[in-house]
Amino acid sequence: MPRKRVSPWGEAWRRFRKHRLAVASAVVLSVIILAVLLGPLVWRVPIDEIDFSVRLEGPSWAHPLGTDDLGQDLLARMLYGGRISLAVGFAAMLVAVLLGTLVGSVAGIASGRVDAFLMWLTDLFLSLPELPLLLLVIYLFRDTLRSLVGAELGVFILIVSVIGGFRWMPVARLVRAQFFSLREKEFVEAARALGASTPRLVVRHILPNALGPVIVAATIDIAAAIIAESTLSFLGLGFPPDIPTWGRLLFDAKDNLDFAPHWALFPGLAIFLTVLTINFVGDGLRDALDPRRVV
Amino acid sequence: MTQYVIRRLLIAIPSLLGISVILFTVLALAPGDPFEELATNPAIPPEVRLQLRASLGLDDPIHVRYIAWLTSMLRGEWGYSFVSRINVDQLILQRLPTTLIVIGTSQVVALLIALPVGVLAATRPYSLFDKIANTLAFIGFSLPTFFTGLLFILFFSIYLDWLPFVYRTQIEATGWRWFWEQVKQTIMPVMVLGLFQGAAWTRFVRSAVLDVIRLDYVTTARSKGLPERTVITKHVVRNALIPVVTLVALQMPVVFGGAIVTEQIFRVPGIGSLLITAILSNDTPVIMAVTFVFACLVVFFNLLADVIYGWLDPRISYR
Repeated sequence: MPRKRVSPWGEAWRRFRKHRLAVASAVVLSVIILAVLLGPLVWRVPIDEIDFSVRLEGPSWAHPLGTDDLGQDLLARMLYGGRISLAVGFAAMLVAVLLGTLVGSVAGIASGRVDAFLMWLTDLFLSLPELPLLLLVIYLFRDTLRSLVGAELGVFILIVSVIGGFRWMPVARLVRAQFFSLREKEFVEAARALGASTPRLVVRHILPNALGPVIVAATIDIAAAIIAESTLSFLGLGFPPDIPTWGRLLFDAKDNLDFAPHWALFPGLAIFLTVLTINFVGDGLRDALDPRRVV
Repeated sequence: MTQYVIRRLLIAIPSLLGISVILFTVLALAPGDPFEELATNPAIPPEVRLQLRASLGLDDPIHVRYIAWLTSMLRGEWGYSFVSRINVDQLILQRLPTTLIVIGTSQVVALLIALPVGVLAATRPYSLFDKIANTLAFIGFSLPTFFTGLLFILFFSIYLDWLPFVYRTQIEATGWRWFWEQVKQTIMPVMVLGLFQGAAWTRFVRSAVLDVIRLDYVTTARSKGLPERTVITKHVVRNALIPVVTLVALQMPVVFGGAIVTEQIFRVPGIGSLLITAILSNDTPVIMAVTFVFACLVVFFNLLADVIYGWLDPRISYR
């Protein structure tokens, strides 16, 4: 009996479904993303409504996640802040993947001296102390960008580009390794013999085949970028207080732990759950997209 | 071996230079003037300020400034803290031991968790133990250090009231009592860092051991009749550790990042919390110096990893 034809994506989906934790994580993650996207439309409490009569209250019907020291509703703040946290994660991942793919492709196709230099640069960036440099760059450039494009956008651009700028190295190495093995393959040789130009070879033939590991790395990068942003905000050096990202909420909450633990627990749990589910989804994608694995 | 170490040392020099170039570029590209404070100070006339700039070489071409900056960094002239009013190198030397102790102990804790758990999980792949260990490892490195720190404070300091959550430099006690107080206040920061690293390393160890355990020489060792214990400890683990060492070295920047966060949470007086206070109070010389020290530490630990690598795998040092 002839086997049913399965497309590569169908096969990947079949493998992904076998990783139960990954599927469950994908569901939870979708719920979080939907809640953050649509939540503010449903839960119409303003994020900055100050009401001292209800300050530092635990969860109740009026405020499902409690209130902070100014009586602001935490659910509304978390839904709004989650948008920023997730947006930073995705945007920084995009920066990292684009930079990494660019460097990796150039190194992989050029080889020789260019490759040696780019790999030296990659190793150099890998041995940079990420967090201190992030802090240094933000400290030095924050005020200028703020005055150029406004507080929110300025900090957003700065944080995204800096986090992305320190995370491209693993992708670059992956892409380069893929290029080295792919460019000697017969189908690439065939394309070259047919007269395909180098850019066409790279974009049409090599890159799509190097996609699998890059997607996995990109997923993990989102989690890492969310942690990085939260860390910066937690240290009080990320977003300003009027943009309550999850890390910023933790920063504000940490001095009130003894009488308002809910204030720190909910945003912390949100970060943890998001990062955990993204990591599990990444693990499932690794199973799904790595053809060498037998699942 | 000595030759190998020397070669590694020589390779470390270009990376240190590269790091210094990056640091300097960031500083040079940065908008704003380190002398802004003087500019707004009415007591200092503009001519004096210009003279001061010229005498400090701020208007020189960029490569001259880089060389000057680098030589003064190398000679340990790191400047003067605006806030603490003492020399930056003294300030850092005061703080560095605490950071190294906390990081060092936490790495030992991480190893003590990762090695046995990783090896056990790999010798029984897909067993219940392996699955639980794997899930816990995932949870462990998905919990950001700042959140674990807060959870620890909430549970051990506020709920149980066992451990102090503020690190004190001066403890009014002597002998064993002093030691005990010291241990009590170090437990939480060390555990936060150690558990996070341990979780990540457990996965490294597991996959490295799984790679090695299937090899033919392990089967040979078993068929010689060696007890399983000897096969695992003497034959498998030593070889499995080789890739783990590299991965651990690559993790060093993450470790320092985690150290900064934990120091800040528990107010440990190390160079990490020094960096944050310096940034919050615009203390540029301290910020630059601490970043440079962190970079040097990363390079140093990479070097150490290389040496351990050469010791574990003698083939490398003869190449």
